[in-house]
Amino acid sequence: MFETLILILDATLRVSTPLILAALAGLFSERSGIVDIGLEGKMLGGAFAAAAAAAVFGSAWIGLAFAILASVGLALIHGFACITHRGDHIVSGVAINTIVAGLTVTLGLDWFSQGGQTPALTGDARFTSIVFPFAEQIADVPVIGLIYSELLSGHNILVYMAFVFVPATYWIVFKTRFGLRLRAVGENPHAVDTAGISVALVRYRAVIICGILCGIAGAYLSTAHNAGFLKDMSAGKGYMALAALIFGKWRPVPVLFACLLFGFLDAVAVRLQGVALPGIGEVPVQAIEVLPYVLTVLLLAGFIGKAVGPKAIGKPYVKERA
Amino acid sequence: MSNQTPPYAIELEGISKRFGAVQANKDICLQVPKGSIHGIIGENGAGKSTLMSIIYGFYEADSGTISIDGEQVDIRNSQDAIKVGIGMVHQHFMLVENFTVLENIVLGAEGGAVLKHGLSAAREELKRLETEYRLDVDVDAVVEDLPVGLQQRVEILKALYRGAKILILDEPTGVLTPQEADHLFRILKSLKEQGVTVLLITHKLREILASTDNVSVMRQGEMVAHRETATTNKDELAELMVGKKVRLKVTKDTAQPTGTVLSAKDLSFFDSQGVERLKKVSFELKAGEILGIAGVSGNGQSELLNVLSGIAPLSSGEIQYAGQTITASAPKNAAQMRDLKMAHVPEDRHKMGLVTGFDAYEAAVLGYQNSEVYNGKVLMNRKAMLSECEQRMTDWDVRPPDPFLKTANFSGGNQQKIVIAREVEQNPEVLLIGQPTRGVDIGAIENIHEQIVKLRDAGKAILLVSVELDEIMALSDRIIVMFDGAVVGEVPADQADERTLGLMMANAWNEEKGAAEA
Repeated sequence: MFETLILILDATLRVSTPLILAALAGLFSERSGIVDIGLEGKMLGGAFAAAAAAAVFGSAWIGLAFAILASVGLALIHGFACITHRGDHIVSGVAINTIVAGLTVTLGLDWFSQGGQTPALTGDARFTSIVFPFAEQIADVPVIGLIYSELLSGHNILVYMAFVFVPATYWIVFKTRFGLRLRAVGENPHAVDTAGISVALVRYRAVIICGILCGIAGAYLSTAHNAGFLKDMSAGKGYMALAALIFGKWRPVPVLFACLLFGFLDAVAVRLQGVALPGIGEVPVQAIEVLPYVLTVLLLAGFIGKAVGPKAIGKPYVKERA
Repeated sequence: MSNQTPPYAIELEGISKRFGAVQANKDICLQVPKGSIHGIIGENGAGKSTLMSIIYGFYEADSGTISIDGEQVDIRNSQDAIKVGIGMVHQHFMLVENFTVLENIVLGAEGGAVLKHGLSAAREELKRLETEYRLDVDVDAVVEDLPVGLQQRVEILKALYRGAKILILDEPTGVLTPQEADHLFRILKSLKEQGVTVLLITHKLREILASTDNVSVMRQGEMVAHRETATTNKDELAELMVGKKVRLKVTKDTAQPTGTVLSAKDLSFFDSQGVERLKKVSFELKAGEILGIAGVSGNGQSELLNVLSGIAPLSSGEIQYAGQTITASAPKNAAQMRDLKMAHVPEDRHKMGLVTGFDAYEAAVLGYQNSEVYNGKVLMNRKAMLSECEQRMTDWDVRPPDPFLKTANFSGGNQQKIVIAREVEQNPEVLLIGQPTRGVDIGAIENIHEQIVKLRDAGKAILLVSVELDEIMALSDRIIVMFDGAVVGEVPADQADERTLGLMMANAWNEEKGAAEA
């Protein structure tokens, strides 16, 4: 029983990682007032760029660099539409998602001729597990051994990065000058403008950070969690991350827990496939898989109180004509 | 005495600014001596705010120069303005509401990439500023919890913290009680004593006369006069502002009220957040009188208009009107109230009074669009709507008299005339009218006031809500004062004075009376 729990938690960490990265990406963007429904597209674009570059250059790190470049590129398009041209944030985000979904498959077909997939990645072209020192040796120690060797040890570098990014995000958003301006620009851009700071510049920085984090999330999907790019492999994780962001009220630590909760339900769903529960019988896997969505709707519908986002979110900044 | 004049704190020469077809500022010249309080007065749309925005770097002037302390400066954005020592307190505060006072003040002048050090340095500096200028504010309070008067102080501190030597205040008293306004003027005096130059933008003559050393008058984008405040008076300034003789008083006979047409008993209203916005409000409205509701904006007047007009449902209490009893369990909606001959001119004409994307003739039937007059069997009767609109535009002197002009393209005063004409021409028994002259120029104000009095003399009941005390006192026959959702006092208009009403609006009347008796 304990071992099962550890295995589920272990899986939770692995499935939560892209959610955490994408949700933090969304946090930077939305705190600055830019709605980002395009997390999904940026992640997918990053996943494709990472797998393609890793396949060509044989290095996961080069793959990661390309993922970040691709994702930041998409983020800048979103920024250009929303910040410079005051476009509708949702329309721009959805456009990015749609374009990326088609473009990745088309480019994949053209470049690799494998039905839209990238070649399977092996060796250095993937991020591999990091085994902590002595993990093998203490694996047999009761409780602690299992926690150390299974749960904590044996993940790839991107998983650890995601967890380090949570306190880092907290520190940046709440303890630095950039963070103060970021929050201010999402609440009342006029106050920022009259304080002599460029609203556009702060927002562009925010979307670039968002792009970087989405790129890492994408690279994780194709070069760490899986061994290559598959069509639509982000599979709605970007939207889940957005839900986690709202659920966590745009605060890094609650957002982390929201992601972990969603990841946990996902891990349980995998575990429960084909398992007959006592008294209930076999639960259709779809019923479990739908839980995170049901949960989000229920919780947002009143159990967590009103989720009040940044006040100026989604509103283009226009200098008032006095 | 040396014949060389010391450099002015700020000197403008030939400033012009055009927005499309509108010449907002035309060849403006202005000289403000150091350490003085200089008033700039003008009607809405006279170009005051544009001028200040140019000084603060929000807009760039098309031509002209700005000199600070005798040196010509190039102000391209707010950052430049702050650098040369200009601070601005905007009409709508530029504060981040869920930030603390301290965070708001350091925003843009954080003193380092990491906040910690900068915040504690700012805390020290603010202590000094607060004692020097007697501006007490709790720096750790969250801004949205502070009353507006204090929020304004935060804005002033923000400017001073950035080293402002020239402080611009744009319509600073619009949201303040008379007492808060007096406090503000005391602060400005002490700033002046410390050598700060103050530019005060307002359209209120009283404030200019009470607090400034010099005054400049703007009219239609031009600077039309400069005066030493001590050598001018209300009438002269008003005349300069408008360009013709105006009456500041409304001429009307004593009211001849007859029977009660509407009686409100213990009206309460809770908003969607569960906050009690109206607290057991009771009053009677008689035919042939104007009942004025005075109060600082946001003390329940808007909610009162909403429940009376049927826009918002009552939470408890009852309204007796036109033989009907309206309660929380037997509500009437806005359309039903209209059918009972209750007309409503809402406070915010853009949000509630008009659809600004509509043509004038369409906006002129809103709320009455189902009336037989405007409808054929299937389609609306456009001809009838148009001819009626044209007629009203002549009667009410709406300019330009073009029924096809988009509502948004009329000036504030003309938009308001369209709304008031629409409501009054329906020959209502009760007219609810909120902020009838907000954003309306003086010429139109006079016209609107006359119409309201005319309606009263025709034996109708009028409930007037306004945050302009002058307007309340000039028009009303009876005045009720609201504070924090409750009625705190009632005064016959002929016994009302600004001080009494002001104290009531700040809910300090009873306290002061108590203190005097003790």
